[in-house]
Amino acid sequence: MNSLLVSLRVALATMLVCVGGYTAVILGVGVLTPDSAQGSLITRPDGTIIGSRLIAQKFDKPHYFWPRPSAPDYNASGAAGSNKSPTSADLTDRAKQTVERYGATQDKPLPADLAAASGGGLDPHITAHAALYQADRVAPARGVAREAIVALIERHTFSPGGPLTPDRLVNVLELNLALDRDFDPTSSSK
Amino acid sequence: MKTNLSALRDTRIIQRAIGESFRKLDPRHQIRNPVMFVVFVGSALTTVLTVQAFAGHGEAPAGFILSITLWLWFTILFANFAEAMAEGRGKAQADALRKTRKDVLAKKLKEPKREAEVETVPAPTLRKGDTVLAEAGDLIPADGEVIEGVASVNESAITGESAPVIRESGGDRSAVTGGTKVLSDWLVIRVTVNPGETFLDRMIGLVEGAKRQKTPNEIALSILLASLTIIFLLATATLLPYSLYAVNASGQGQPIGITVLVALLVCLIPTTIGGLLSAIGIAGMDRMIQANVIATSGRAVEAAGDVDVLLLDKTGTITLGNRQAVAFLPADGVDPKALADAAQLASLADETPEGRSVVVLAKTKYSLRERDISKLGATFVPFTAQTRMSGVNLNGRTIRKGSADAVERWVKEQAGSLPSKVRTIVEDVARQGGTPLVVAEGAKVLGVIQLKDIVKGGIKERFAELRRMGIQTVMITGDNALTAAAIAAEAGVDDYLAEATPEAKLKLIRERQAGGRLVAMTGDGTNDAPALAQADVAVAMNSGTQAAKEAGNMVDLDSNPTKLIEIVEIGKQLLMTRGALTTFSISNDVAKYFAIIPAAFVTVYPELGRLNVMHLAAPQSAVLSAVIFNALIIVALIPLALKGVKYRPVGAGELLWNNLLIYGLGGLIAPFVGIKLIDMALVACRLA
Amino acid sequence: MTAMVFILLIVGGSALLSWPLGRYMKWAMDPDETAGPGRQKLDRIFASIAGTLGTEQQGWKRYMVALLIFNIVMFTVSFAFMALQQHLPLNPDEMKAVEGSLIFNTVASFTSNTNLQHYSGEASMSYLTQLCSLMWLQFVSAATGVAALAAMARGLAGRKMMGNFFVDVQRATFLVLLPISFVVATLFLFGGMPMTLQGSAHAATLEGLQQIIARGPVAAFVAIKQLGTNGGGFFGPNCTQPFENPTFWTNAVCMVAIILIPMASVWMFGRIIGRVRHAGVVFAVMLVFLLAKISGAVWFEQAPTQAFASLPIEQATGNLEGKELRFGAATVPLWAVLTTSTSNGSVGAMHDSLNPMTGLMPMIGMWLNATFGGVGVGMINMFIYIILAVFIAGMMVGRTPEYLNRRVEAREIKFAAVTLLAHAFFILVPTAVFAVTPWGAATLNNVGPHGFSEMLYEFSSAAANNGSGFEGLGDNTVPWNIATGIVMLLARFIPIILPLAIAGSLAAKKPTAQSAGTLGVEDVTFAAMLIATILVVGALTFFPAAALGPIVEHLKFMV
Repeated sequence: MNSLLVSLRVALATMLVCVGGYTAVILGVGVLTPDSAQGSLITRPDGTIIGSRLIAQKFDKPHYFWPRPSAPDYNASGAAGSNKSPTSADLTDRAKQTVERYGATQDKPLPADLAAASGGGLDPHITAHAALYQADRVAPARGVAREAIVALIERHTFSPGGPLTPDRLVNVLELNLALDRDFDPTSSSK
Repeated sequence: MKTNLSALRDTRIIQRAIGESFRKLDPRHQIRNPVMFVVFVGSALTTVLTVQAFAGHGEAPAGFILSITLWLWFTILFANFAEAMAEGRGKAQADALRKTRKDVLAKKLKEPKREAEVETVPAPTLRKGDTVLAEAGDLIPADGEVIEGVASVNESAITGESAPVIRESGGDRSAVTGGTKVLSDWLVIRVTVNPGETFLDRMIGLVEGAKRQKTPNEIALSILLASLTIIFLLATATLLPYSLYAVNASGQGQPIGITVLVALLVCLIPTTIGGLLSAIGIAGMDRMIQANVIATSGRAVEAAGDVDVLLLDKTGTITLGNRQAVAFLPADGVDPKALADAAQLASLADETPEGRSVVVLAKTKYSLRERDISKLGATFVPFTAQTRMSGVNLNGRTIRKGSADAVERWVKEQAGSLPSKVRTIVEDVARQGGTPLVVAEGAKVLGVIQLKDIVKGGIKERFAELRRMGIQTVMITGDNALTAAAIAAEAGVDDYLAEATPEAKLKLIRERQAGGRLVAMTGDGTNDAPALAQADVAVAMNSGTQAAKEAGNMVDLDSNPTKLIEIVEIGKQLLMTRGALTTFSISNDVAKYFAIIPAAFVTVYPELGRLNVMHLAAPQSAVLSAVIFNALIIVALIPLALKGVKYRPVGAGELLWNNLLIYGLGGLIAPFVGIKLIDMALVACRLA
Repeated sequence: MTAMVFILLIVGGSALLSWPLGRYMKWAMDPDETAGPGRQKLDRIFASIAGTLGTEQQGWKRYMVALLIFNIVMFTVSFAFMALQQHLPLNPDEMKAVEGSLIFNTVASFTSNTNLQHYSGEASMSYLTQLCSLMWLQFVSAATGVAALAAMARGLAGRKMMGNFFVDVQRATFLVLLPISFVVATLFLFGGMPMTLQGSAHAATLEGLQQIIARGPVAAFVAIKQLGTNGGGFFGPNCTQPFENPTFWTNAVCMVAIILIPMASVWMFGRIIGRVRHAGVVFAVMLVFLLAKISGAVWFEQAPTQAFASLPIEQATGNLEGKELRFGAATVPLWAVLTTSTSNGSVGAMHDSLNPMTGLMPMIGMWLNATFGGVGVGMINMFIYIILAVFIAGMMVGRTPEYLNRRVEAREIKFAAVTLLAHAFFILVPTAVFAVTPWGAATLNNVGPHGFSEMLYEFSSAAANNGSGFEGLGDNTVPWNIATGIVMLLARFIPIILPLAIAGSLAAKKPTAQSAGTLGVEDVTFAAMLIATILVVGALTFFPAAALGPIVEHLKFMV
């Protein structure tokens, strides 16, 4: 009985400090990073939210860059992976559709990151290589020269781990925002 | 001749063991060993499957199930055989002992004295407290204590040592053992045990292993083995549902058969050590007996391996029994030869080994030939407790030799004195670990005979070995500290107890034990009993008193104090054999997995055939080969279990490394080779 | 090449950091006279919070009872918060009531430091539940593990009185977990992790679609999740969700946070028993296993996605299914091994989508569960292997086996063997039951051997108190919830109770003296013995199961 009471006291103390105190302090520190603390949101001038820089959103119009496949269809309140084995026939079927969608052929094979779904289904990035691959679609859709698109991609290319990774990535949402900014947004109705 | 006899004995033991192997198939016997009991149940199960298969409803070809079943039964029989062999060797010994327990008639005395009236009764009717008379030619009817008389006794029946020993009342040689024979004179003996409790009875019981109790380490190991068995039971039993899923998922093949599951289970569980475990324990006791040491329990044998302090009596163990004269050290102005001459004269009649050594030294050093004391007309003055000197009176010359203070007293009585030079010599000799004997003629001190303890050859190396094994040696001696220190240094012991009294010994043992050490000692006297009772491994000399034997937990029939070292090694060997075979047994599993798993799932997942790294011919031959290997390895290791793994006196780290390589790595590799060979043999014989 | 450098930086860096942290943890958990008056003052505060029992010295049984009662309170309080969440505040997204068996599973999961998640945080838990129920348990369940290790180490140091659980659990919470969590959470904030109590953001995407973006007090939650080998994600797919792990750098911090305290626990153990060299040997053995698994995982994950082989897809960097690009290819196998070598279970990629043999490495980690293992409890699990190794090795050197100068006899072996047996039982038997019943078969996301792997992984994870999963498994069903819930609880407390009992039993024995004949536990030979024991006794048991899951899948498709 005594132990039970003492357990409750200790439970209360730990909860006050670890839940109340700790959360409050970290919320307080979050004031120093107001943008990312709220979810790295991107808003329009009118205040409506376009999305989060960190969260992939669905694009399937030809004049936008498309993100990686998403098992939950870019549901940002229900993230998930495909959880398919890399040996799975389901995965082959899904990839077949992706390949068709991109019109990839043996001569122009699809970069793997565009065929493979990400872990949470919300990966905001694609490889620079995959962006360049899509430039062939985006440029005519936007009615601009491929070189202009390539230059834009290059401006948005970054290395996520600096010297520690060989990877070169672009953020799809940011790239698409730049597209809309730099190239005639009205053409998006085409 | 001897080898023929022992070979004959071995053949008989083997014959008997084979019979025993079948008798031990009794489930009541099997259930005592959980590992083998699982094999037993498995064999019973496959036997039923065999019958079913011959009836035409087999889960696999009848021939295959039959082969597996037979080899499973062999596995059990082999384990039984190992145990029976170990027991058989003990039994053979027991039979030999039992022969000495003939129906002896005892001369029971009405009163505890020689002159009392004698009544002749059968020995088994004697009770504790009775007194009996044993005369030359009689067998001593029961264990007891000599209360009167002195006699020479032949104890070869129990010790195997044919030289007679002296037994007398009082002192440390008063215990006699039933079944031994009085050679000369007579003894009055008080019986100290009731029928059935005699030393011989206990020995027989022990070597037969009839009431053998598992030792603590054996119990712990059994628990581990039983747990591993259950773990492997889980691993194999769950394979049935797993394979059902696999069949469903892959749409082909059959689930794993019961026969293969049983085969896999038996191969995985530690049958090698499980089958040999009790044989190892019995063999350990047996090795002790072969060393002529009777342990009162297996526990004591096990504890022997843990000993880290050995208390060794100086005399007889570390040094030769007797001191010897090594030098004549004259006083100022005395011719060394004159000193040697006087010393020789004084020692001529002294039959003690020390006295003899003085004569020998005088001869070798100064070519003084031995003279006949009676022809010289000399009278010998023997050593007494009062004078503490001995010597000779010869034509008015009075020559004495003795300890410095005794001689000093003697010369002072004659208005002489001990010269300071001699006093210095005496001290020097003592400091070097020797015993000074001062020689005086009349009031004149001639000089000093230096007596020295002779350290046994090779003993220093032995102690160094012990030190590497992590065992400390402590020399026990009645000498003074100075002498003790010198001998200790010469013999290379780690520590010594000088001027040892029984109380000091006991205290020493308690101190070491409080420091977390296990102490072993030998003892023979009644005053050793408390220390023997306190020590963790206490070896009583068979020549010692009944009290000493009762207090100890082992009796050395050879009464050889050096035996302690051997006893420690036997104890270590026992545990090492268990550890080595456990390691070997478990390491074997790797190969067996690679033999059986691909074979078991060949119809469902042919791809697993890639795990068949031994390239065994066919699934059935693979399973059978593994089972056969598993059975044969038990037989192959019986000699090792009985003889024990080789022990080398090195530190723990090196021992572990060696055993890990031999039994761990060896255990990993051996079955790969063995199973492959058996598979090839099976193919060659078209059995699979 | 950069991958190798990165792996060495993370593992080596964590190992280096663990040394001072281990020293600190000894100071925090087992202060001696040299700890200083300030430290004593802290203990007085902890003792006063523990009220009437604050100054009690507990033997192993009392300590155990206190631990269990406190854990029952943990379970009950969290259960209440979760069951009543729809009536409680701090629920901006209006989460509904949680189904009964899921509450049981989740609370069992977090109480047992497992954090197996059959729910999806952003879809079913209110912020209050996430904080008061789940995050709180992440602190106190981890603290329970650290306390148990401290007590066990005291017992092995020969102290029959093993301390006071109520004080120990506060020491671990307030002095170890809390300060480090502050540091890590702050790093996460600056790495771009959200930390807000506002509800989901409603976005209108560039293409004009609605996107509801879940967020919350993520940074605080993730810090303790990683540090306490908890692993329970704020979001369903854990650290693959970009908010829960926004950049390469937060990813690196996560990995260090995963392994740091488990590594330091070994040093703390060594310091409490006063045998740092022995701890060094144990640490090295754990490291060997860790590096072996990492090498295996990195090697096998280089193979490209087999399912894409027949399609016009250009695969240059190995298997990308279920992975996030921002972490780089090297980190995924590393993370997968780190999170399962410890009992963390947070994931940086979908383990279900790892190549078959890569997926075996995490399973091996969970089968052994001691190659660093959970905070505190990893070292406790390793202790069981040590006891077995010492027992067999002790015999091989011809002495009654002893550990830290105390004899290992039947009682100790019995407890150690039962602990080991329980672990095998909890993995193999439930997997067998689910494999042949619709309970399992109907919930699989993959067919063939991989489906079997999903079930095997799930119970391995529950039994190892890990919490990661082959998440394709449709595991939010009553049978899965109840079965894994029971396994998690038993698999948590049996391997704490029995090792503590062993320590208690050893502490009561008379110490033996050390000599050249005593088995050394501070040298390479012992390390080899320990490795062999772990491999043969620990891993081999699971070989048949592995053969029917990942191994056959690999042989079937990948060669």
